Amino acid sequence: MNRPLLLCGMGLTAAIAYPLLVPNYLVTIGMLVFFTAFIGQSWNIAGGFAGQTSFGHVVFFGTGAYTSTILQVTYGWNPWLAWPIAMAAGGAVGWVIAVLSFRAGLRGSYFALITLAFAEVFRILANSVPFTKGGLGMLIKADPRPINFQFKDPIWVYYLALLLCIVSLLIAWQLTRSRFGARLVAIRENEDAARALGIDVFAEKVKVLTLSGAMCAAGGTFYAQKYLYIDPGIAFGVDKSVEMLLVSMVGGAGTIFGPLIGSFTLMGINEVTRWLASVVPALKNVQPLSLVVYGIMLILIVARLPDGLMSLFRRRPRHA
Amino acid sequence: MLEVREVSKSFGGLKAVDRASLDVACGEIVGLIGPNGAGKTTLFATIAGFHRPDAGTVSFEGKPVTGLAPHRICAAGMVRTFQITQPFAGISVRENIMVGAYLHTADRRLAAREAEAVAALVGMKDQLDQRGADLTVAGRKRLELARALATGPRLLLLDEVMAGLNPTEIVEIVGVIRNIREAGVTILLIEHVMQAVTSLAERVYVLNQGRMIAEGTPASIADDEQVIEAYLGHGAAKVLRA
Repeated sequence: MNRPLLLCGMGLTAAIAYPLLVPNYLVTIGMLVFFTAFIGQSWNIAGGFAGQTSFGHVVFFGTGAYTSTILQVTYGWNPWLAWPIAMAAGGAVGWVIAVLSFRAGLRGSYFALITLAFAEVFRILANSVPFTKGGLGMLIKADPRPINFQFKDPIWVYYLALLLCIVSLLIAWQLTRSRFGARLVAIRENEDAARALGIDVFAEKVKVLTLSGAMCAAGGTFYAQKYLYIDPGIAFGVDKSVEMLLVSMVGGAGTIFGPLIGSFTLMGINEVTRWLASVVPALKNVQPLSLVVYGIMLILIVARLPDGLMSLFRRRPRHA
Repeated sequence: MLEVREVSKSFGGLKAVDRASLDVACGEIVGLIGPNGAGKTTLFATIAGFHRPDAGTVSFEGKPVTGLAPHRICAAGMVRTFQITQPFAGISVRENIMVGAYLHTADRRLAAREAEAVAALVGMKDQLDQRGADLTVAGRKRLELARALATGPRLLLLDEVMAGLNPTEIVEIVGVIRNIREAGVTILLIEHVMQAVTSLAERVYVLNQGRMIAEGTPASIADDEQVIEAYLGHGAAKVLRA
């Protein structure tokens, strides 16, 4: 049996067994690891594989969260049925942003800035239009039954997050072995060369941002169903965008497991620093300590490991 | 096969290409020469769709392709390489070439097989697993050629594939280009290395300050007073005639 497959099998077994062995608190932490890896992967598909670095991916997350929540709260939809609509809405927002910015020829940091601007515009709109209930936010009525996409036992939320993460890994894996993925990488590496070799750069970039937007929106709905409350700051806050970008960069942008490794690492730092702050009196006033460590870590990674933690595991150059 | 008629292209006040025309017939190797800044690369870029011409027309195999996007032109069967090599630096040579092969197949295995075949044709068989960034200048030039070939073109536009190569490497790549033509691909090449042009090309166009000043066999070009004045110089012309 080949080694990568064996490792994946072991990892999966451990992930399935994990919540059965630990207290609820740790189950929720594990859920957050997989959930963050999932939305991180949605960023990674556009930002890592295709090199279209977005600073405002939360725009898709919030679109998904608000779409399903509005359908549910205002129009009485079942959240499971609202989920695909939320994804379609996220995909549509991705499509529109891509068409507008790539039609205008925005690349690199200009594209990053325009996505940031879109996210901010959506946040301000969500704050001011009536159907989002503005700054008050929207509360989903608690009724913990699986049919309502609400679960009494956190273990089911954990397994759902795990499933999402696996699906996102499969999508990324497919990208490493398909024509679409090869074209995205070509665009990331050199747009002019890609065009000369017959790639419709515009169309491919629109496609990937649509896909990425739909995925990220699925995460938005999941998040709303878990916490049963969203407001503009949660749904369109810039910190979520940074989180998605960070887990991918730390783990390894453009790699299959990068976002998962990154998410694992950041969540680990989070917990360790929280514990440190509680036992070392001198650190009590450094709030939040995790951000300090994140910052140091990001500097180290950018300087020493520009391809992320994944590059530590790679023994030889990637090839098909 | 390729007809370029009275194409002009300006950048601001600078007329980079001024009513230039050229023809390439199926199966030929045609050279495009001229001093630095003559507009050769601009003309190439205009033919391949990277610039929209201000005036004039380009047609390929009888169909107008003027101002079409590069990917459409490539799909039509005409592909260019870059003078300043543009490898996909972070991926392997095999993956680089596969990007070209994916133009006509979505099948990964088929694309990989084709990449290997093309690599063998240009002499890169042993470098398939190297990263684009790790190649030497000669390797990058070959990779440009290989990727373009993998798209399955009928007309190949080569922009200075020999610049920066040493004499041994030039001899090798001249052989590669001959092989490509034998395989049925028509070639239009920009070149500074005159010896290579005269040994490869059946016909040569000379561009100077955006204008086509001469056209003919390499030998007749070496006799052309205008070309000698503008580009070759008397010494080089003598060597070429010999």
